Parts: sequence; structure tokens; C-alpha cells
Amino acid sequence: MIKKQTKKVLEVEGLRTSFFTRKGEVKAVDGISFFVREGETLGLVGESGCGKTVTGLSLLRLLPEPAGRILGGKIYLDGINLLALSKKEMRAVRGKMISMILQDPMTSLNPVYTVGEQIAEPVRQHQGLRGENAREAVIAALRLLHIPSPELRLRDYPFQLSGGMRQRVVGAIAMSCNPRLLIADEPTTALDATIQAQYLALFKEVQKKTNVAIIFITHDFGVVARMCHRVAVMYAGKIVETAPTEVIFKQPRHPYTKALINSVPRLDRKVERLYSIEGQPPSLMNLPPGCRFCPRCPEAKEICREQEPAEKQVGPEHSVFCWQVS
Amino acid sequence: MMRVQIEKRKAVAQPQKLNPPRRIQLLKNLTFYLPLLILTLLVFTAIFADLLAPHDPVAVSMPDRLLPPAFMKGGTPKYLLGTDQLGRDILSRMIYGSRISLSVSLAVIAITASIGTVMGIVAGYLGGATEALLMRITDISMAFPPMLLALLLAVVFGPGFWTVVLALSILGWAPYARLIRGETLKLRNADFVAQARINGASSLRIMVKHIFPNIVNSLIVVITMAVGMLILAEAALSFLGVGVPPPAPSWGYMVNEGRSVIDRAWWISTFPGIVIGLVVLSGNFLGDWIRDKLDPRLRQL
Repeated sequence: MIKKQTKKVLEVEGLRTSFFTRKGEVKAVDGISFFVREGETLGLVGESGCGKTVTGLSLLRLLPEPAGRILGGKIYLDGINLLALSKKEMRAVRGKMISMILQDPMTSLNPVYTVGEQIAEPVRQHQGLRGENAREAVIAALRLLHIPSPELRLRDYPFQLSGGMRQRVVGAIAMSCNPRLLIADEPTTALDATIQAQYLALFKEVQKKTNVAIIFITHDFGVVARMCHRVAVMYAGKIVETAPTEVIFKQPRHPYTKALINSVPRLDRKVERLYSIEGQPPSLMNLPPGCRFCPRCPEAKEICREQEPAEKQVGPEHSVFCWQVS
Repeated sequence: MMRVQIEKRKAVAQPQKLNPPRRIQLLKNLTFYLPLLILTLLVFTAIFADLLAPHDPVAVSMPDRLLPPAFMKGGTPKYLLGTDQLGRDILSRMIYGSRISLSVSLAVIAITASIGTVMGIVAGYLGGATEALLMRITDISMAFPPMLLALLLAVVFGPGFWTVVLALSILGWAPYARLIRGETLKLRNADFVAQARINGASSLRIMVKHIFPNIVNSLIVVITMAVGMLILAEAALSFLGVGVPPPAPSWGYMVNEGRSVIDRAWWISTFPGIVIGLVVLSGNFLGDWIRDKLDPRLRQL
């Protein structure tokens, strides 16, 4: 499943994002590096509060101000460092080069505008299309997401559409300007299981047609298995393991990844009780000095408590941050 | 089993209960149609005052002074609602007075609603220091006694149409700013605003295109209610002698004029008083009605 030859669309190096609250600094993302290739889907997996969404928002430079700030690192999109762009230049990137789909389709459309009007907005702004040309671009976007009879649907208001249809419209808005990178932040969580399967299949197709790179933020390993080419597992603001999808499922190396995969219910294994990881993730305000997972890690040794582990290559495109992996 | 059946029957019976009896529904509709009729009549009267008024509102006719309304003993059909101390026709003065009341309230609403909306949206959306500054200005202007300030302005600039408008506008925008800021705060964190930002919309664009259309509902309600309030305020200023100066026929001023002869000629103060009351009440009722209609929580019932 690895796409070898294609170009890297996005490269992130040592990204650090913090929130400054009254109580102190919350290190939501603490030095992560990853990349996504053209036409490739990278799954960003981890439990709630581990920094997945903040990573997505950091790529768009849309952190809630003034608390959230990007402290360091580099974000290259097609070789351009996004962190060096001015605010105005960044606005031109959003929606055109990078777009994002939010979780809840019921609230991410503006209730007072028609579907057509909402898709037309980025089309007009980024592509400068007007009138009939804009309409055609809107219809093309609706077609891409397989919305039936798009000429009629574009006159509908969001409240006239079902949840699944709305999420397709949100997808159409995101894809309307042919972005290089799409960030999907749990886009199927609010949908029911059958619609979810349809939506995922739809996105695979859209990706084949447009060659867009996708970062798929999720905590659902079922979705990961279906959608992603590679997976990055996050824990407490750090990426602990990156690997191609099959490798993650067959040979997870980091204890946290192993634990996560163990805690997914499976049809082919009979267990008394579903496995769960003991304890809570550490507070991002005062992190332990060594490995972040060590308080919950069954394999922890002395060194784990004292020093942060460095990156280790354990296979092709497979790297782990753990002392116990050799 | 029995219980289930009983509960089922209840559930079936409920929709009927939701429909109020015809009488109540009629009454509910009346609180919409009657105020609407009165306010439409007011606008109509103000526009066609020249054609409707039987007399010149400022023409003095000393022989006809203090004539009672036509339906009373001693009244003449020439002056339907009687005359004042200077023999001016009360009806004609009231008809022309609607122009003043209406133009003052419309001018004030245009000014206050615009300022208040802009300040509210900017404060609510941008937040931080901008919000703190704008909201403190709002708080300060809400702490001023409005009548006192209006009197002061009238003394400084001399009474006149624009003085009244200024006096009512200078503090009148504050409630709008507060309300709109509150609505904006709710919308600022809405997903569709986040989505607009993700699509590269600028702050200005988000405020104008995404937030403003979503607060128009609340704005309409407040504006409708403000009509009554402003007519009352204008009347109060005129009554105190700092409204649109005589001989222009303002309702509040007419009430004031009739004060000294109220024991002999009650009609001079009473008729304009009744009209003021009716218009204010109509504004409030219509505002209530629109609010109920636009409130999605009530609409779903």
C-alpha cells in the first residue's frame, strides 16, 4: 500500500504548539515531525486530548487566539514554509491549498445560505470565478462527492438535507478549489455506521480522482484500516510510532500502539474482558521527564523514567520512539 | 400490558391538546393584526398627512378656540376632535404630529441600530482588548441618565429635530451593542464560522457574511420594540419642552399644551395621549409576536 514514487506534499518538522492559560503552558503538540505524499492518506491516531486536532489546526495556523501559539518547527507545503507566510498569504492558502472537514455536519454549514452559495464562496474567493463559471464549479464539486441532481441540490438550505448529505456538502466545499492537502478531523464520527462506510468509500474515490493528500484524524482503528496508507500514533503531544498501515496492525512496536490495537474489540479472538490501558494520560502542563508513556507502560525500565527516547528506524517507513525497541 | 396501552392512548391524544381552542387562537392573531393595522395606519397617516388633515395644523383661529369634539355638546363637525387654546384643529395637529413621531424614531433607529450592531459584532468577534474597550464604552453610556443628557443637549444646541435625534441616539445604541455582542459570542464559536475561516475568509468577511445574517432576527425584534419606546421618549422630551419646537405639532408637546386647561378642555391632552399609548403598545405587541415567530424553540411546537 506504500506509495513510493510520489512527491511529498506536506512535510512537518519539529512542530511545537502550546496553549498559554492562566495556570500555565499546555504543551499540546511537542515537537512532532511527519510527512504526507501526493494521493496518500496519513492516519493520525490517538486518544482524546493527545494533540491530533491541534496538529490539524496548526497546519492551517488557525489556533484559538490568543491562547494558542506555534512555538517552533517548520511546515512545508510543496516546499513553502507556511509558518513564514504573512496572515494575508496564509488566508490564500486556506481553502485553496489546504482544506479541512470538521466533525459535525449538522453545525458546520451556515443555516442562512443555500448549499450552492456556501460552495461558491471559496470558489469565488480563490479562483475568481463569477456567475455561470462559479455555478459550474459548484456543480462539479457536488458531482465529485456524488450528490444526486446537483442542479437542484445547490438551491437547498442545510436544514433540508440529511446528516450524511450535509457531510458530503462539507466535503464538496473542501474539495471545491482542488486543494493539495485535506485534513479530515473525525468526519465520520457523527454519522451512523452505513453512511460512514459510504462516506469513507467516497473519499477514497475522490482521492483517486484528484490525487489529494489526506490527513485523517481519528481514534477509530476500523477507519484507519479502511482509509489510511500510513499511520502516525500520537500520545500526549508526541508521535510515538509511524508505520505503514499493515505494519501497524501486524507488528506494532511501541507499547502504546500495541495497547491501543489490543483494546480494539475483534471478531477473530475470544477474550473474557476487553483489554484497556491502565491509568490516565499525563497532564500536558507538567509532563514526566522521561518517556511520556512510561507511567502506564508495562515494559518501562529505569532509563524510560529519566530520558526521552530518540527516534529509531525499525523498518521501511517505520520509526518508533521507545527505549525498549532495538 | 395495560399500562403500555394507556400510555399509547395518551400519546395519541396529545397533538390535539397542542392546538389551542379557536377563541384563544383568534385572540393570539388579534395581538398581531391589530398592532400591525395601527402601525400601518400610522405610517400611512404620516405619508399622506397633507391629504388627510382637514385643517392647517398651525393655523390660528381665535374665534374657534377651545371647541369641544364634534360628538359633544357645543362641538362642530368642522373640528372633529375639537380645538386648542389658539383654535387649532386637534385632529389635524395629530395627523401632522405622526410625521414627527415617526421620522424621529426612524432616524434614531437607523443611527442606533447601525452603531450598536457594528460595535456588538466587532466586540464579540474580535474579543480581547477591542472587546474590553468597546464594552466599557457601552457600560459607561448605559450609566448615564438619558433624560438628563437629552435636556443638557437641548440646552446646548437649542431644541430642534436633529437635537432630539442626537439626544436619543447618543445613548440609545448601547442596548443594541450588548445584545448583538451576546449573539455574536454564541456564533463566534460555531462550526460554520470555523469552517469559513478554514476556507480562508477574512475576519471582515466572516462578520459581514456569516455572523450578521444570523443575528438579523434578534435585531428585527429589538427594532420593532424600539419604535414604541422612541415615540414615547420623543413625546416625553416634547412634553418637557425640549422636543421639536412649536408650532410644529408634536404629540408630546400637545399633551403639555393641554395641561393648563385640562379641567375645561380635556380633549387637547387626551387624544394625543391615547394615540401615544396605542402606538407604543402596538410596537411592543408586534415585537413580541415577531420574537415568538422567529424563535426556533417556540416554532417547533
